[in-house]
Order: sequence, then structure tokens, then C-alpha cells
Amino acid sequence: MMLKSKDLLGLKDISAEEIEHILETAKTMKYILTTNNKKTPHLQGKSVVTLFYENSTRTRLSFELASKYMSSSSANVSASSSSVSKGETLIDTAKTIDMMGTDVIILRHPMSGAPHLIAKNVNASVINAGDGMNEHPTQALLDMFTIYEKKGSLKGLKVAIIGDIMHSRVARSNIWGMTKLGAEVSVAGPSTLMPVGIEKTGVKVFSTIQEALIDADVVMGLRIQLERQKKGLFPTAREYSKFFGLDNKRLKFAKKDALVLHPGPVNRGLELSTHVVDGDQSCINEQVTNGVAVRMAVLYLLTRRNSGENIN
Amino acid sequence: MKTLIKGGFVIDPKSGKNGLFDIIIDKGKIVEIGNDLEFTTGDIVDVTGKYVIPGLVDAHCHLREPGFEYKEDIETGTQSAAVGGFTSIACMPNTNPVIDNESVVKYIINRAKQDGFVNVYPIGSITKGQAGEELSEIGELKFAGAVAVSDDGKPVMKASIMKKALQYASMFDITVISHCEDLDIAEDGYMNEGYQSTVMGLKGIPSAAEEVMVARDLILAEYTNAPIHIAHVSTELSVDLIRNAKKRGVKVTCETCPHYFVLTEDACEGFNTLAKVNPPLRTQKDVDAIIEGLKDGTIDIIATDHAPHHIDEKNVEFASAANGMVGFETALPLVITYLYKTGVLTLEQIVEKMCVNPSKILGLNKGSLEVGKAADITIIDVDEDIIVDTAKFKSKSKNSPFNGYKLKGAIYYTIVNGKFIVREKVLL
Repeated sequence: MMLKSKDLLGLKDISAEEIEHILETAKTMKYILTTNNKKTPHLQGKSVVTLFYENSTRTRLSFELASKYMSSSSANVSASSSSVSKGETLIDTAKTIDMMGTDVIILRHPMSGAPHLIAKNVNASVINAGDGMNEHPTQALLDMFTIYEKKGSLKGLKVAIIGDIMHSRVARSNIWGMTKLGAEVSVAGPSTLMPVGIEKTGVKVFSTIQEALIDADVVMGLRIQLERQKKGLFPTAREYSKFFGLDNKRLKFAKKDALVLHPGPVNRGLELSTHVVDGDQSCINEQVTNGVAVRMAVLYLLTRRNSGENIN
Repeated sequence: MKTLIKGGFVIDPKSGKNGLFDIIIDKGKIVEIGNDLEFTTGDIVDVTGKYVIPGLVDAHCHLREPGFEYKEDIETGTQSAAVGGFTSIACMPNTNPVIDNESVVKYIINRAKQDGFVNVYPIGSITKGQAGEELSEIGELKFAGAVAVSDDGKPVMKASIMKKALQYASMFDITVISHCEDLDIAEDGYMNEGYQSTVMGLKGIPSAAEEVMVARDLILAEYTNAPIHIAHVSTELSVDLIRNAKKRGVKVTCETCPHYFVLTEDACEGFNTLAKVNPPLRTQKDVDAIIEGLKDGTIDIIATDHAPHHIDEKNVEFASAANGMVGFETALPLVITYLYKTGVLTLEQIVEKMCVNPSKILGLNKGSLEVGKAADITIIDVDEDIIVDTAKFKSKSKNSPFNGYKLKGAIYYTIVNGKFIVREKVLL
């Protein structure tokens, strides 16, 4: 099957079938990562450019390696060292990249809707690598893939997302994706960091993490940005970790075999205790590997739309 | 040359006229209104089947001149207004330089005399440079020709300044128009705080930002016993606060704009910057309350808040996009479609809200069809189907979320001071 759109802008607008297809494809891609010779021709002759307006370790490297493992020509544009610093607009920057024969543009941008704006204006496929507070679809896909691998399916699973939901694009993408695949999603965090109307998206909202953790199969911690503290959204890091930090004691509320996920980077001791990060239930390292696999799958499926090849 | 407007249905609440009447115009004024009028030679315009109303008066628009002529200027703005049936418009002072002194008022009045297609009335600023710190020379502004004062575009954040402005302006019998938005609560949000902003990951502006300042200004107006006009009311609680204040005898009037009773925050879906406006589009509950407020008279006027922006200011990321939409050419058709055809308001009430009341609030001798008054007349067909085509707008800017909308209501003639500015739907 083919992905319906030339772009991957978010999980809000793709179907459950498309999500499942990406996860299935990622399984094959993950296998490639475990072999000795991490080189396949899937993206040979294709060109992939990452355009990042925000800093990143995992996502950018993950995309870059994913493209290189599949033999594409890849390049990076970092906004701070590009003509963006001379005032060039987003659309002009994207068009310039597009006109050089680029097949895929991967955009990370601090403003929600930025990838949607360029997708309308370029021929290349656009992958959203994180836009403001809106979505981070490949992160949610790798989170779901991690759960898929360990639990077999998302249907009926209790997933608790803990932390700064209001500012989290990871939370949003996961809410869209997981509810589409039949999971029961709960969110918990300080009320000042809980977005208005979130319950209308089908999630349960709790103001203590203990309640959200009860019988959870999956617990996802979100990174707390300390700048939010400066804006008065929570009084201190100490207060946050005291009431909303996930440590082994709190983790006991969840099921014994509950998975602990985090998109990284982790503020050890703040949203997750060091013991939880390094504990047996933590899938954080695996998530990183899965990130490359999922991004390989997405790149493959998007570039394949034009060539009509079949993975089998 | 005299003009006879024949066969039209005249609606003029001020004089109580509501029926078939002919009108004779001579030397820019209305000289006769009646039936079987004597008319020998001149221009005969047959408007059978159409409604003849006073020229529309817009109490809130942005003409962008001086300083932002790339978005709009007095010439193109007034052309757009004329096409929309407006014969008198009051322009906000957030220009560059700000209308905070006599010379800018006079500049605008002169430019409008030279190149304007309709009557233009400048609104002066409440504070110098709209900086919110010191009062403008409000007396001088009034005597130079300003019809109101406002810091619109921005709120007057300092309560003490607003209190003094109300006291001072009332002394000169000039209305203070308040843009109510508590910037501390709004905190650089981009759209209404609610379900849509959550789904789109956009920082939201709580409705409380508007309501807190509406409450503040109503209390200050009551305390100083000064008149106040609240601009662009958009929320249910704002309407309720104003309703209550009127019951208490506060000298408050207020306005809303078509987008606040036609659209909700859903119009922003897909990061549609054409729906980005300040105050932001709200929820259905607010739309219903605005309509109720129009019906029960809490909301006195309908203004356009015509806010032109260049395509480069809208064709950007949602957070970066400028706030505002053009409104002259869609206002009356939207009002006819969403308020008249739905039975919310009669045509008489619409004329009150778009002609009579705005004239009253701004102290203009406009808004009615009376012998001896300037012939500012708008003639419309309320049953004609139109499809909004922003590419054909006379405004320099085309930033409207209504492109493609099928509406009822065509403006056939716009007459300003007896001169036909729009004839048979065409701008002359």
C-alpha cells in the first residue's frame, strides 16, 4: 500500500492503516540495522535534506543515518548558519532546497504549522521533524513501534503520558497515533501545563501522576523545559520532581511489566529518576534504535510513492 | 444635474421611513423624498426591487496611510469601502506616524479630499505614539477633525491612564474607543485558547484577556461618568458585562464585526493565517452570544475593522502572520446573509447598527436620508447571490477568509455627496 500524501506532517491527518503500514515496514528496517553491512539501495539516487531551525541530537542524526544507510545523497542545512540569518523567509529557503532536485525535506521549526506551509510550496516530500508545539510524528511512530515490539499491539493498552502536555508536540502526536490504534491514553501533569480542551481529544486527564499510572502498560515521561519555570508555570524544579517526577516508588502503581519511555534528552532526577532511566523497564535506549528504523521506513515509503516499487 | 432615484424601497429609521419612496438629489444634497415627485430633466436611476438606505458608516477601519501604504492607502481603501456600500469611514490611528497630533489629522483629511472616494474621518490616539504613557493632545485632535480617540491595535494597559483619558476626553465631548486586551493574560498567544489551539499546538489567548479589560473599562467609565465605546466585542462574557453595565446606566456603547458572528476558531484549522485576527475568532458559544447581543441591542453597531495586510505578511508561519482581515467588501453581504436572511435582525435594525448608531457615536451628521442632508446613499439588492472573489477586491490587500463564500446581497449604488461612486455594481 502507498501513503496517501506526499508528506508526513503529523499523525492527526493519517489513517490507522497508514500508521500500521509504517510500523510494519520499520520491522524490516530494524533488521537491517542489526546486520553487519548497514547499507541498502532503497534510497539510491534520492536526495534528502534536513532543514533544522532548532537544535537536535537524536532526530537530526537519526534522519541523516537513516538516509545514508539506504544510500541516498543527504545534506544538512542549519538555519543559524544559512541565509535565514540574513532574513530569508521559510518559503524561499524551502523552495531553494526544492529546486536543487531534493526529494525529501525534513523540517524542524519552532513554529507550529511551518512544515504545512512549505509542503504546499514545494514538490519534495516534507517530513515534520517537530513543529512548535504541534506534532513530531516520527517520534510518536518510534514510540508506538517500541510498544508494538514489546507488547504486540496497542489495542486496549493503558498508556500514561506524564509532564508538560501543553507544550509537547511528542504528546500530541502520540495522542493522535495511539488513540487511532486503540490505546487508552491518560495524561497527567501540573494544571498550568495541561492544555485547555485536551479531554475532547479522547484522553483521560489526571492532576496527580499516581492516578494516571494505575495499571498503566506504558508510561511516557516528557522533558520539562526549565524556561517554563521562569514563566511562572511551575514554582521550582524541586517542586516539580517532588510531585510529578517518576521514580521507582511511583512506577509501582503501573503494571509490573510496564514500559517506561522518554523521547530524550532526559533531565535525570527531574521528570525521571536516574534509577528509572537506567532500570529494567526503561526502553529509552531501544527507542533511539527504533528511531532510525522508523525513519528509514518513512523515508522509504515516501520516496517510493513516485517510483512504484514494492518492498517485497 | 439633478438625479432621481426611482422605485426603491427606502429604509430610514431616523425619519421613520419604511416604504416605497423616490428621492431627488441636487448639488450633493437630498432635496426631495416622496412619491410622484416632479422631475423634468436629469439622471433617472430606476432601482425597482432594491432597497435604498443611508450610506453605511464604518466606525472602525485601518487605512494604513501614512506609513504602511504597501498594505493600503486612502485611495484604495476608500475605493474598497465604496464598493462595500460605505460612504463614511473612521480610520484608526495606528499609522506611522501615529495620529497623535493635529498635523497628521490634517494630512489624512487633505489626502482624503484629494484622492478619497468616500468621507474619511480620522480617529486620534488616546496616548502619544500609542505608547500608553502620556495622553495625546486630545482637545487639539478634536478641533483638528478627529471624531474619536483610540489606541486601537493596542490596549491602554495602564488603568490610571485609561481613567484619565475617560475624564479628559469627555470634557471635549469626544468618545474614547477601547481595544480591550490585557496583554499580561494574552501573553503572546496566536489564537483563541481552546480546543483548536490545543489541537494545533498554538499558544492560546484566553477569552479572559478581553473580558478583564472590558470589566475594567466599564468600571472606570461608570466611576468617571464618562462615555466609552468598546471596540470589536468577541466573547459571551464581554457581551454580558456590557449588558449589565448598560442596566447600571453606564454610558457604554460597543461594536462587533462580521467575523465574530460568522466564524469560529475552527476557521484557523490547517494553520489558515487568513483567519488570524485580534481579538481572535472564538467558539460557537461566543458567536451565539454575539448574535443575541445584536438582537437585544446590547451591541450597538457593526463595524468592519478592515485590516489590510500584504500577502508576504500572511503567507508565513501562523505565529509570524499579521493579525487582521480586510472587511469593507464583505461586511454588508455577510450581515444580510447571516443576520437578515436568518431573521436575527430586520433591515431597519441593520441600518440602525450600520448607519444611525455609528454616526451618533462619532458625532457625525450622517446615517439618515433627510431633505437638506448630504446625499450619502447606498442601494442594495438583498436577494442577489454573490460569490466572494478576493482577487477582485479593490483593496490593495486581499487577506480575507471569505474567498469563495456564497452570500446574498449586492451593492448596486454607492452615492457620496450626491456623486455616484459605484453605479450598477461598478466602481466609477
